Order: sequence, then C-alpha cells, then structure tokens
Amino acid sequence: MSSIEKDGVNRLVVLPFAKSVEISFKSIRVRFFRSLITTITLVLAVSFLSFVNVGTDIADGLLATGDINLRQALIRAGYDLEAQDTAVGSSPKQRWIIILSLLVCAVGIINAQLMAVTERFREIGTMKCLGALDRFVLRLFVLEAAMQGLAGASIGAVAGGFFSLVNALLSFGTVAVAALSWSDVALSVLYATLVGILLSLAGVLYPAIVAAKMQPVEAMRVEQ
Amino acid sequence: MSNTHNIVRVSDVTKKFQLGKVAVEALKGINLEIAAGNYISIMGPSGSGKSTLFNMIGGLDKPTSGKVFIDEVDIAQLDAYELAWLRCRKIGYIFQTFNLIQVMTALENVTLPMTFAGMGNDAAVKKGIQLLDLVGLGDRFRHKPSELSGGQQQRVAVARALANDPSIILADEPTGNLDLSTGEEIIALLKELSRERSVTVISATHDFKMLNVSDQVVWIRDGRVDKIEDRDELSISLGKIGTKE
Repeated sequence: MSSIEKDGVNRLVVLPFAKSVEISFKSIRVRFFRSLITTITLVLAVSFLSFVNVGTDIADGLLATGDINLRQALIRAGYDLEAQDTAVGSSPKQRWIIILSLLVCAVGIINAQLMAVTERFREIGTMKCLGALDRFVLRLFVLEAAMQGLAGASIGAVAGGFFSLVNALLSFGTVAVAALSWSDVALSVLYATLVGILLSLAGVLYPAIVAAKMQPVEAMRVEQ
Repeated sequence: MSNTHNIVRVSDVTKKFQLGKVAVEALKGINLEIAAGNYISIMGPSGSGKSTLFNMIGGLDKPTSGKVFIDEVDIAQLDAYELAWLRCRKIGYIFQTFNLIQVMTALENVTLPMTFAGMGNDAAVKKGIQLLDLVGLGDRFRHKPSELSGGQQQRVAVARALANDPSIILADEPTGNLDLSTGEEIIALLKELSRERSVTVISATHDFKMLNVSDQVVWIRDGRVDKIEDRDELSISLGKIGTKE
C-alpha cells in the first residue's frame, strides 16, 4: 500500500486496489436488491450444473459397487447404461441442457449489468470528471461482478450438490452416500463454482467496457 | 499578451455537432482569455453555446477546431492519463444537478478525488472533514446525498470541487436547481472561496444574482462572444438586463 502513496510520482491518478474493493462492496450493499436479482440468475444456473454433476458422481459410486440391483435401480432412474459401462458419463442431451441453461444465465447477467450501467451513467461520468481513468471504472464493475459471482456461484454449487444428495438418498437409500467418492463431489462443486464465477465475469465484460469508454460529457448529458 | 497570468486561454474555438443529417455549429470561433484568480460568469440564453464552451474549458469535450489552453498547456495534446490528472488536480467541477455519488456519504464524496490524487486515507478523511466544515456541513459528513437538502448537496459538491486545491473551479449553472436564498448562499460561498484561496471560478449561468460577485462577465450569444464586461462597467448595463432574456 505504502508504495502507492509515495509522493515521487507526479501526474498520476491512482485508485488503490483495497479502495476499489471497498467501493465495489459498498456499491453492491447499497443496491442489494438489484445485485440479488443478478446473483439469483447465477445461483440457479450454477446449482443446476452442480446438481447434474454431483448426480453423476453418485451414480458412478453406485455403479462402482458392482451390485446388479443398484445397476437396475439406476436404469429405472433414467440412466442409459449399456451392459459393459462402468461409469455413467454425461449424455449429449444432458450436456446440451446444461450449455443452454448457462447460456440463458449469461444473457440474463449481461442484461442486468447493462441496466446497472445505464442506471449509473451519471455516477460514472462524475467519477470521470473527478479524474477516474477508464480502467478504474472497468475495475469497479469487474470487481462487483467477481464478488457477485463468488457469492452466487458458491451458494449455487453447494445448494445444487446438496439437493442432488437428498435426491439420491430418497431414490436409492443410504447406499448412495456410502458408495460415494467425496473427493469427486468436492471437485464437481468446485468446478460448478468456477464456471459460475467465469460466467459472471464474462457477462459483465461488455457492459463494463461500455461504461469505461464513455466520455464524461455524454454521461452528463443524460437526463436524470 | 498582457502581464497578468492567463489560467485559461481559448483560441478560435469552433464546435460542430452532427444532429442526424444536420450539422449544428454550436460555437463559431470563440476567443477568450481568463486571468487567474478572477470570478468569471459566462452568461447567455439557453442554446447560445454556453454549456458547450464550458465543457471545452473543462476538458470534457474537444473542439472541432481551435485550441484550449489551461495554464498555457494545450489540452488537445494531453493523453488520457494527463487529462484525468488535469481533471483531478487542476479543475474542480460543480454541476447544476450536484452529481454527488448517491451511494457514498458526504465525506466519501469529498475524499474520492483525494484518493484518485494518491492521498492516504487518514489524510484524506482529515482534509475532507475540514472542507465540509468550511462549507458549513461539518456535522453532517456521515449523511448520504439523499438525506441532504439541495443546498446542502451543492455545498458538498463545492467541498468536493476543492478537494485537491484546484486552480480552477468550473461551475455549470450551480444555482439552477436551488431556490433564491439557497442560491445566494452558494454564490456567496463561491465568491468567498475565490477570494480567500485565489481560485479562478468560472461559472456558466443565466442567474443574474451572479453578476454582483463577478469580476468579469462574458456574454455569449449565438456561438460567439457578444461582449466582455469588467465589474466596473457592469452597473451601466445592468438596466438592460431585463430585456436581454
């Protein structure tokens, strides 16, 4: 921190990272409901991804027991298993549904973030008049998205995994949990979280660039 | 080529806007020199090009042709970083609509430009409170803009404009959204600051209350400088003001 506050560098405008985080965090807190809507889109999509992936992990665990009854139960539950299959794997249909749900989620996030940028034209313009650089504005929006992404994606991933487990317990009984590889579940949840954060960042990129490139005078011209 | 230091020099500035297929010439060749430390009012009816000229001086917009110098630096030559630095350190802006950042408290609004200027947090908070004291809001620094009246918000904006001890304060219709007495308070505050801190105040306005405190009035009409009057000449033409609008 102290290196930033050195007086030696002249003609420089700065926004320390810690301060950016503080501003972004406050911004989310103040606009809690708007942030919540963006975040909920993400929670739903990520929890679906996590639900499906953890479900696959559970099925793999059941299959690994080699129990023929469990194999029949899996087929009854809707898994397409050939005689020689030792892992469930994801079907093309499943992959498409997941990709579609993530796509819809990304569009939703872009939409919500564009609205947020429009709402904040004046704020962005004011910041620029006070000496903010394009990248300060970009950084603030990306940080906000990262925080929303982290919160939404981890809640979604854990919730999806949890419901998948409950679902398995109800369908197959306790053996579903007993046969389960917990490290696989952890990986699936982590994977879903990462995908969610990436989605959130990808969704904010275009709106944030629009905001950052804006000329202050344009921002001021907007009627309130 | 006068002896006084010109803080702002505008030379043959024109500005064209493309409105659909029609090109509108908002400024048709403006020449203007503003001496440091003065209180200048740019007067003119709406649509006269007053706001456009004002944005040029503030480095918020670029002229179609001609040059704007701030402290004898051609601002067209500055890159994005230097321009940001200029906005941050040299110029303080005050707007008609206050333009405080709604999600921040009064104090945070005032300290933000100091953060951009690289000032440490403690020093910024200390100076921020001093500035809010100066504009008479020392006890309300924790309030959000929505919890303040229009006049109080404009006071916060004045404090924010002073944050980095700028040499120029640009005020665009600073009293436009205020009632008569609050407007007068803000004008008095600006005048006092201009005198005590020898800041050049340039304000675009059609508020005639401004005339009393101005050292110089620049009348803009139809994209050109109509006339420039010094303070002592003003009283003579004051009688005609009513017919001007």
